[in-house]
Amino acid sequence: MAQSRNLKPFYLGLVVLAVAGAAGIWWARQSSRDAGPREVGPVPVSATAFEGYTLGSDSAPVEIIEYSNFACPWCAQFAILTKPDVRERLISAGMVRWVYRDFLLGGHDAGNLAHQAAACTGEQGLFWPMHDQLFYNQRRWMEGRRPGRTFRGYARDLGVNMDQYDDCMDEQRYLGRILATKEQALTMGIQSTPTFIIGGLMVAGAISYDSLRALVTRAMPAESQ
Amino acid sequence: MTHRMAIAALSVIGFFISLYLWLWKVGFLGLLACGDGGCETVQLSEYADFLGVPVPFWGMVGYVVLLGVSLVGLQPRWVERREPTLLMALVSGVGVGFTAYLSYLEAAVIHAWCRWCIASAVIIALIFVMALAGMRATSRAPQPR
Repeated sequence: MAQSRNLKPFYLGLVVLAVAGAAGIWWARQSSRDAGPREVGPVPVSATAFEGYTLGSDSAPVEIIEYSNFACPWCAQFAILTKPDVRERLISAGMVRWVYRDFLLGGHDAGNLAHQAAACTGEQGLFWPMHDQLFYNQRRWMEGRRPGRTFRGYARDLGVNMDQYDDCMDEQRYLGRILATKEQALTMGIQSTPTFIIGGLMVAGAISYDSLRALVTRAMPAESQ
Repeated sequence: MTHRMAIAALSVIGFFISLYLWLWKVGFLGLLACGDGGCETVQLSEYADFLGVPVPFWGMVGYVVLLGVSLVGLQPRWVERREPTLLMALVSGVGVGFTAYLSYLEAAVIHAWCRWCIASAVIIALIFVMALAGMRATSRAPQPR
């Protein structure tokens, strides 16, 4: 009879599977911690490529390049929780020059439109206020039905010239440039957002202010410390 | 009985795959071991949530239910009964349908493949096949009164 079958080896096998699974996840967590920042070579920037949107002094001793997507929740988390500290304590203090670069993600029509809206607003010198609007209201426009209309509302509230903005959006004026930036990022091995390049080190994930500060200190020339 | 044991083992594997993806989604893991970044693209897409909850969480729930039912189905009181197999076929059938929809999104909308999601899709399909095979076997056997 089936009831007489000894199930102990089977239960033991299940426990082994469960322990292996838990160990695998523990290992994945440890290795993603231990991996830490990855060394990269000099960041390639061709003469025709878009450098990115910048904040801070050109003479700052450390440059941080951020590859980010407006639809990415960790990018929003970083923008909301960490970036204000970075702006106040590193960028305004003249220690860091920040460069923001677009990294489009597949399957995100609204997110891709957000990057174009930011570029069209940036054309009128208002990229950073639009950047904040998009990240602080990410959930709202991602769940909305007409993100294009929402972005237009943000642009209007920021005081941009709406005729110029509408022309820019209709023409998809910056789509090619945004796509080229992603292509360039892919050649550097960037796979996810946010990814930061800090003094030749590539760091993936929404790192904390303390981690970022430590990497800035590491990248800083000795005479600037 | 064998099909229930196989379903239990597959459910444990499927559960840990879903748990891995869910832990990454909630920020517990820094990087996904995925190779080409497809997992991140899929997990960050607007289709990565279902009813406001990350899709891997639903996977965890489904696999826990399947594991629970399969283990109950191995107990002497239930081992000869058809109901556990029927319930597993139902749950895994829903899982196969949902997975097929997600795979369609990966192929046609997101244009990226998440290897862990494919592994989970294979597991839920195997569970469904096992459950169907179990139904066929139990339908031949006389039911206890």
